[in-house]
Amino acid sequence: MILKYLFAKNEAIPVGSAAIFFGFSAIIWFMIGTGLGSFNAAKLAFPDFVTGTEMFAFGHMRQVHVLAVIFGWISMAFAMAMMYITPILGNTRLWSEKLGLWNCMMWNIALALGLTLLWMGVTSGREYSDFPWPLDLAVAAFITIPLAVNVWMTIIKRRTQGIYTTNWFFAASTFMLIIVFLVGNLPEYFHLTGLTEAYMTWWFAHNVLGLWITPVAAAIAYYVIPKVTGNPLYSHRIGHLHFWSIVVFYSTPAAHHLMSAPLPEWLKSFASVEGVLILVPAIAFVSNILLTMQGKWNMFVENLEVRFTVVGVLLAIPLNMQGGFQQTRSINWYIHGTGWMVAHAHLALLGFSTFLEAAAVYLGLQTLMKRKLYSLTLGNLHFWLLLIGFSTYWISMTIAGLIQGAGKIYEVPYIDVVIAEHPYMIARWLGGTMVFSSTILWLYNMWMTAREGTVIPAGRMPHELAYER
Amino acid sequence: MNFREYKIGSRAFGVAFGLSMSITLFFPSFDLAASISSEVGLDKQLTSGWDSGWQIADPLLKGLNKPLKVLVRKDPKSGESMEPVYAYVYPAGTSLPNGVTHTVNLGRGVEELSVKQGRITEARKETGAVFLIKKSDQLLTFEDKPLSYMENATATKGWTPDEVLKQAADSDILHAGSGKTMFVREGCWWCHTLLPEQTQDWQVFGAPPMLGDFNGESPTAFGSDRKGPDLLHVGSRNASKEWMMLHFFNPRLVQPHSIMPRFDYLWGEVDADGKKIDFKKWRSEYDEYREGKITTPPDVPMYAKDSEIRNLIDFVINLK
Repeated sequence: MILKYLFAKNEAIPVGSAAIFFGFSAIIWFMIGTGLGSFNAAKLAFPDFVTGTEMFAFGHMRQVHVLAVIFGWISMAFAMAMMYITPILGNTRLWSEKLGLWNCMMWNIALALGLTLLWMGVTSGREYSDFPWPLDLAVAAFITIPLAVNVWMTIIKRRTQGIYTTNWFFAASTFMLIIVFLVGNLPEYFHLTGLTEAYMTWWFAHNVLGLWITPVAAAIAYYVIPKVTGNPLYSHRIGHLHFWSIVVFYSTPAAHHLMSAPLPEWLKSFASVEGVLILVPAIAFVSNILLTMQGKWNMFVENLEVRFTVVGVLLAIPLNMQGGFQQTRSINWYIHGTGWMVAHAHLALLGFSTFLEAAAVYLGLQTLMKRKLYSLTLGNLHFWLLLIGFSTYWISMTIAGLIQGAGKIYEVPYIDVVIAEHPYMIARWLGGTMVFSSTILWLYNMWMTAREGTVIPAGRMPHELAYER
Repeated sequence: MNFREYKIGSRAFGVAFGLSMSITLFFPSFDLAASISSEVGLDKQLTSGWDSGWQIADPLLKGLNKPLKVLVRKDPKSGESMEPVYAYVYPAGTSLPNGVTHTVNLGRGVEELSVKQGRITEARKETGAVFLIKKSDQLLTFEDKPLSYMENATATKGWTPDEVLKQAADSDILHAGSGKTMFVREGCWWCHTLLPEQTQDWQVFGAPPMLGDFNGESPTAFGSDRKGPDLLHVGSRNASKEWMMLHFFNPRLVQPHSIMPRFDYLWGEVDADGKKIDFKKWRSEYDEYREGKITTPPDVPMYAKDSEIRNLIDFVINLK
């Protein structure tokens, strides 16, 4: 296995080992994360399902689901993408495969340890930054910093003159993640309290999405679509606009998560205006990618990686329309704290970004292992189960959120809201379970690809070969 | 090849990112630091103590290193009865709250009063301390309410933690501080917010929190995703320990449509009489009740004085 290379000389490690290790780890964490999600959803639909045990209580498992998906699935898929896309775009090798392997192993260990503790109830009590500060420091030291060093050094040692759009995003996002992670957890190191703690919690939660997940997912699309379709990126300039507007507009609206808390009013108004401006990077990104597809729309139907990517890009449209406007005071008062938000969060992480990462993992594993995907049927099944499962989840939670919002403004007794939401809780559980099942198929498919996929000849792309099953 | 040709780009990035960091972190910090602790804020931080999330003194979140909120009916020195008053008892070795160790957190006015009149800087963790909340004649700058401040009763009146605890009946001692730890550990805040909203919620859930209501509290844990009623003022709506007991043991006993999990495991091994609780038997009898085979549900065991559920119920009832 890959672990035997941990103590090998860097030159002796086959190209792509780190990325392959990251890719399979990501899929396994995706399975764990969505499995927990489905289990949690069952509890909300059927409250007497597995109850009265501390280890299986909803309040112990909810945050494990969230962090397994963010740190395990999404971030590891990002690391996977960085470890094979960054060197390709620099016409070079990854700066250190060995660092990459160690990074992946420490990442798995730290995350497994952290989530176990979190599951036991060892938490800082801060949403999205739930890990206690010693674990935060471990995450910085073993996860984010080594990843960033590897990416930056690969870019610095590149053998091309320019730096392509995808690599700007990778370099900047890994840097911003370190800053956001270390600064966002300041309340824990220095015991900052009160509103400062509350604001910093949401400052972190906002920026980890805006400066890490959104731009890196977008960067993947900037690579996959031109690479697979063969079309050059529609506009380098629009890519610039996307990059700079992310840095300027997406890093400022943190306070819009706390529109109903007693924060300074100027801060909330400012955040709200900046929040609408996230439509600038969003429109730049979506139009740039869709225009790159010109003349190759047949691949949207025929090619699995393109289909995943384009669906992710299309989902960015409702995501950003919601995201831009739901945080204004006139809409936020209705939907704040309701299931609408849960739906929106899943649209961002399970819709938009998961589809883009899945494309990266599909393309990357096939390219690096030089094996054609084992089964197109399983791949298609994965795609449709994921899409239908996600849509069921998103639509049912959006409806539940609107019911809850109406219940909130008319101040109906809360139990009536619970009763009205019940059917949608069942739908949510069914949708989540479909997503979970799709990940099992995916893991099997990728495992079989590694073992029995058709060998791709040197110099060929995976999509240039026909499927044999 | 290096970053040389990207000099302008990386500098522009530094300026843009640095500017947005100053707008979102540096400038708000002045306003946030200027918030003046309200009476509610003082009560919350004295009740919950140093921290309610992970801390070195309580790594597994068992509710350790926490103060007790005690209703004092008799003067602990003389033993004569007095106007009942809440005292916040920090037994020897308990970490003092943030406002005592870093008085600047209390905000202008409250800090001066607490230090000069309340003598809070004389409190020591090693010997423990008893705190009271006092009202002054000064008005809070913008709310027209009198300023409240902390008083270290150990320094001003000579009340020691042991004396205060000795004269109090067990029913007058609220384990609300440890209860906040339970609230955080059990993830109550994933479904119950502590944040009625400014634009609605007044009628049922009560007034939203004000600026000074959070000083010194950590974590604030006011939640973001509401799947049950807001709890900020739940103790004012329902302060029945019996109802809470039934509801925590199995929420469906008092609210058939509730989706809240059962928290019967917080009872621990034994009930108030030291008898072992037979959860298995209780559940099978409850199932018979649910299927209509018997007409009344089985009795919920009375919780032991040192059980975790006692902490949590004390915390919830204390949310006035």
